[in-house]
Amino acid sequence: MKPKNKNVPLIELKNVDRSFETNDGVIPVLQDINLEVYPREVLCLVGESGCGKTTTGKIIAGLLEQSSGEMLVNGAPLGDYPRKERAALRRSMQIVHQDPFASLNPSHTIGQILSYPLRRHNMVNGRAELRRRVWELLDLVDLTPPGDIVNKYPHQLSGGQRQRVSIARALTVNPQLIVADEAVSMVDVSIRVGLLKMLHNLSDMLDLAVVFITHDLALAKYFAWNGRLAVMYLGRVVEIGRTPDIIRNPAHPYTKALLSAVPEADPDITRRKQPMRLRSDAIPSLLSMPSGCAFHPRCPFYQPDMCDTKVPSLSSPPDYEQQVACIPLNKMGDLVLYES
Amino acid sequence: MAQPIKNNVVLSVRDFSVSYLVERGKVRAVNNVNFDLHEGETLALIGESGCGKSTLTLGLLGLLPNTGNIDSGTLEYTKRDGSKIDILRLSDRQRRQFLWSECSMVFQGALNALNPVLRISQMVYDTARAHGMGRKEAKKTALDLFKKVRLDANRVFDAYPHELSGGMRQRVLLALALLLRPQVVFMDEPTTAVDILTQRSILEVLKQLRAELNFSVIFISHDLAVAAEIADTLATMYAGEIIEIGKVEDVFYKPRHAYTLSLLDAAPRLSAGSEELQSIPGSPPDLIAPPSGCKFHPRCRFATDICAEQIPQPEPQPDNPLHLVSCHHSEQVMAERTGASK
Repeated sequence: MKPKNKNVPLIELKNVDRSFETNDGVIPVLQDINLEVYPREVLCLVGESGCGKTTTGKIIAGLLEQSSGEMLVNGAPLGDYPRKERAALRRSMQIVHQDPFASLNPSHTIGQILSYPLRRHNMVNGRAELRRRVWELLDLVDLTPPGDIVNKYPHQLSGGQRQRVSIARALTVNPQLIVADEAVSMVDVSIRVGLLKMLHNLSDMLDLAVVFITHDLALAKYFAWNGRLAVMYLGRVVEIGRTPDIIRNPAHPYTKALLSAVPEADPDITRRKQPMRLRSDAIPSLLSMPSGCAFHPRCPFYQPDMCDTKVPSLSSPPDYEQQVACIPLNKMGDLVLYES
Repeated sequence: MAQPIKNNVVLSVRDFSVSYLVERGKVRAVNNVNFDLHEGETLALIGESGCGKSTLTLGLLGLLPNTGNIDSGTLEYTKRDGSKIDILRLSDRQRRQFLWSECSMVFQGALNALNPVLRISQMVYDTARAHGMGRKEAKKTALDLFKKVRLDANRVFDAYPHELSGGMRQRVLLALALLLRPQVVFMDEPTTAVDILTQRSILEVLKQLRAELNFSVIFISHDLAVAAEIADTLATMYAGEIIEIGKVEDVFYKPRHAYTLSLLDAAPRLSAGSEELQSIPGSPPDLIAPPSGCKFHPRCRFATDICAEQIPQPEPQPDNPLHLVSCHHSEQVMAERTGASK
């Protein structure tokens, strides 16, 4: 069960699709996702609302099943493991949700919130050990002194403290991977950095992989600088690679558009930025997806007959380290502005 | 950028304090706030949740909930014809006339701010009628504004809010706020709940409108990056007080208050490569029983005894009279920043 080899992905998504049925029709939320999460790595999923980043996170955490495709855990499909081992593997993927006001039961004390999973999964023997473990977990997430916290209710804590409790709860079952879904988005700027640093330390200390989901590119850059970044658009990964490679030299037109659009906390730099002009501001509906590359109706580098006919797949264009799903770039190694 | 300091003052706020009465006592949400807003100026009020920035704007517009109480202050508004109004002394009727035609507001969360059962056109007509503008003129002005905010004007005019995307709704609100050509537009986190590319298009539209129509903006946000982009003047708020205010470049590049410095050090920047960010220890104070002296002192790494004893007053900086800072240790803060950048 322990990660044997850093080269065997902890989680591997292979051609994963996920769709949801609604009254309006079937919504393809994820299409053909191929993604690996390695032990101890930080992988950041970025994209705008509706791009499928949360759905991907939920599939990785085992909260949702894919509609088709495969998820391998430690190199083998989850279904191939014996029942007991499967449960243990499922347990080793945990999730921290966005809203710490909604994800903690308001009528339970912090002590109770942390005790339930410990007892349910037989992580401890006896009351003394349970208490010791709860204190240890609170200590781990810097909620000190633990004695002041255990008997409090969630409403008595600040947003940042509550998010620390959520993280401690995810740690109760000794996971190998934590999916942090917009885990700091609702927390104030001054508190945010402390939480991120703590997540980093925990990941180092406990050999945790972290899948960090955010819409905030600057935050993604900061948190995943030593890890990888996957940019998603309308249910597909359009660019993936090491964070510095993508931030310094974005390849996909969508990534370029995002990076050029983000305001920076620096008046001179942000006012000098040249936001990329898109051909359209309208985000296509998932119910009527554009043919070919989903970004082509908005892309300033659109090439007729190339972009609107075939769905691009991820590969590394010349001069780039990262993998990109863009046909003109992959074919010609260059982007040319579309002229109508 | 950042030039209009010489223009006329449109809104002058003096000693403005607001409190809420709650079971536990009195929450001093806004404390002795002073500032001047000039013609065509964009003032960004930056602060974290609970710092009083929303209360301040609601108070300025007279829209506080029943539990809110204005304890002190004067709000002097100068109309285009030069006549002055004391906003706090307006009767309800006068206030209804004043709002929208002189000061309007763009709220956060565009879905909640538009009536879901009315077409956009109806909201335009209602607003216009309440202020004595005719239907024809209202429609013409609205269509014109919708075009300016890059909307498909005719379609949007007849649409219901649910038929529009989040970014479109936000732009409709912006256009509606400008319908009666107010001098001041208040914006409460107008780009917080929207996506990056949508935010970009709203910012571009806002900049263009500002250049064409020359209105002043009071922009409330927790987002330093957006403020850096559009503000002329930046004010940092902490625990109900404006603790630093100055030209946006001065506050960003020469912060003199320990809290502003900490806030800047906590904000990641895309262009910065690998960077070391600092978090601020502790959490924002309880406004029913705030710390003595400087309210930031329990979290401040520059704090000394004086900080707990004396409330720092806003002082103009020796080299820059337009840069006001309430900090006992502004010199040390500045020395650290300039020392660090060398």
